Amino acid sequence: MSRFRKALLAAFAAALVASPAPAKKAGLGRPALPEEIAAWDIDVRPDGAGLPPGRGSVKQGEALYLARCASCHGEFGEGAGRWPALAGGHGSLRGEAPEKTIGSFWPYPTTAFDYIRRAMPYGDARSLSDDEVYAITAFLLHQNDVVAADFVLSKENFTTVRLPNEAAFYGDDREQAERHFWTQEPCMKNCKPDAKITGRARVIDVTPEDGNKGLKVE
Amino acid sequence: MPDNPPPPASSRRRFLAAAAGAGTALVAGGARARTTPDPHITEIQDWNRYLGDGVAAHPYGKPSKFERHVIRRDVEWLTASRESSVNFTPIHALDGIITPNGLCFERHHGGAPEIDPSKHRLMINGLVEKPLVFTMEDLKRFPGRMNRVYFLECAANGGMEWRGAQLNGCQFTHGMIHNVLYTGIPLKALLDEAGLRTSARWIMPEGADSSAMTRSIPIEKALKDCMVVWGMNGEALRQEQGYPLRIVVPGWEGNMWVKWLRRIEVGDQPWHHREETSKYTDLLADGRARRFTFIMDAKSVVTSPSPQAPLVARGPNVISGLAWSGRGTITRVDVSLDGGRNWTTARLDGPVLPLSLTRFYLDFDWDGRELLIQSRAMDETGYVQPGKAELRKVRGLNSIYHNNGIQTWLVRPDGETENVEVS
Repeated sequence: MSRFRKALLAAFAAALVASPAPAKKAGLGRPALPEEIAAWDIDVRPDGAGLPPGRGSVKQGEALYLARCASCHGEFGEGAGRWPALAGGHGSLRGEAPEKTIGSFWPYPTTAFDYIRRAMPYGDARSLSDDEVYAITAFLLHQNDVVAADFVLSKENFTTVRLPNEAAFYGDDREQAERHFWTQEPCMKNCKPDAKITGRARVIDVTPEDGNKGLKVE
Repeated sequence: MPDNPPPPASSRRRFLAAAAGAGTALVAGGARARTTPDPHITEIQDWNRYLGDGVAAHPYGKPSKFERHVIRRDVEWLTASRESSVNFTPIHALDGIITPNGLCFERHHGGAPEIDPSKHRLMINGLVEKPLVFTMEDLKRFPGRMNRVYFLECAANGGMEWRGAQLNGCQFTHGMIHNVLYTGIPLKALLDEAGLRTSARWIMPEGADSSAMTRSIPIEKALKDCMVVWGMNGEALRQEQGYPLRIVVPGWEGNMWVKWLRRIEVGDQPWHHREETSKYTDLLADGRARRFTFIMDAKSVVTSPSPQAPLVARGPNVISGLAWSGRGTITRVDVSLDGGRNWTTARLDGPVLPLSLTRFYLDFDWDGRELLIQSRAMDETGYVQPGKAELRKVRGLNSIYHNNGIQTWLVRPDGETENVEVS
């Protein structure tokens, strides 16, 4: 075969590969079985998609919470030590020290259900039944003054529960709100009259040194 | 003959004090003239006389013991538990753009699990024509294997500095970052294999660890440049970096680069899971919060001099630093020695790649005067790294994530360097 013919063929092959035709399948992997998908696909969305059958009351949730959760998160969801607070913090988001809890900050209650079910208790994930996750979620919603003490949370009524901070989230707007950072030519000479030191890390002095892992902040 | 490694960088204060006491304080100009011969030259050294280690002594080598201060470090008070915590890359002691695998910072939410690759599976399900399960062997047989260098920066890198200068050292203020060469396949190839339905708008990678990390990623990004990878810097992923499999989301916040990747679900809307509602949302001064702030903006830091790498001599010196942008390629880095009053354009050296760390240098002569060193990165979109005050003007003090403000180092006449803020 001539070199020219070879090149032509190569170009033809390249054109085939680059064509927008449906992607050629590699034929790798195997179909996932329904049982396998059910075992791993446990995620829940704000519209309730993915919620399993089940229910749990605030009262049931209180007992479970005290047994499985309170040692880290506090008896009332206030958080023990450095562990996260789950309740409280209402009205703190504009302040000096925002406390971002399920009630004060989280937009959707399904997130709590999904997260507890997949990752809690810390160090013993996936150990709660679906009814237990419903009950603990109900208890936490009650601790955050979102539902009454006699509330029973279920797959059927889940999406009727709304959290107070839902509307406070909006999409990334940096390209509008921070448009002024796209300045093609930044200042190079005599950009400001003076540069004064206004803060020093060594005054705070929390950087770890050898044998001293830094201050414990509780 | 000194047989000890240099002191750990965090002990520089003591080290400098000791050095000054021994009469070896800052040297002016170039090398000092000697009056007595240097014994390191005139005396035969052990390593010049006796045999060194044989080839089988270190089947997997480690750095010289004299480099044992170049390690990941953590700040215990930052988090409640070591298993949901972070440590920091020693960027003050590294050069070039590639982070050695053993030094890449770690961020886990349920510890780093040890996964047998023969038992690891990747599932693709949701809005696909055919849900699939892959073994690691299947993935390594895929056509279209590729290698790409990308930075991975934690969304919280520098987050402790929003309210002011707090930690002394770029390892701590900027070290939640690494930059490696990834080997894997385009995520698009896997999604094509399963066949996307026309309603597919988002994907959700999920980890196999006990935190079962999940994030929502727009389908456009998934198809554009995301990868599913098993290799870093030529070898398998490290356990703490997701062995045997992780997703790569170039230019976007590190949290989305799900490790120990076991499942990718395709959906028509985002999931609003914990890591994109409670966490990785950016609280602004008015009490509202930005969500889905995926891109890491242009940023830079001078790694030397810095608090852990002070200046030791007057005369010729090299300012060395890193710049990166999640929006594209770094086009320019300016350096100021006077707190941002005047700027000089630095020299970029080594590969300048999109969405990768980029190394810059500025050679300068130090006359021993106090310096306020800053660096300012620009990327190909025309974005100019802002000052911290400019960022705070837009965002307030409580957004935790995405702090890409200009860093200032104060170099004192004794060479010691501090993390400071300037007006």
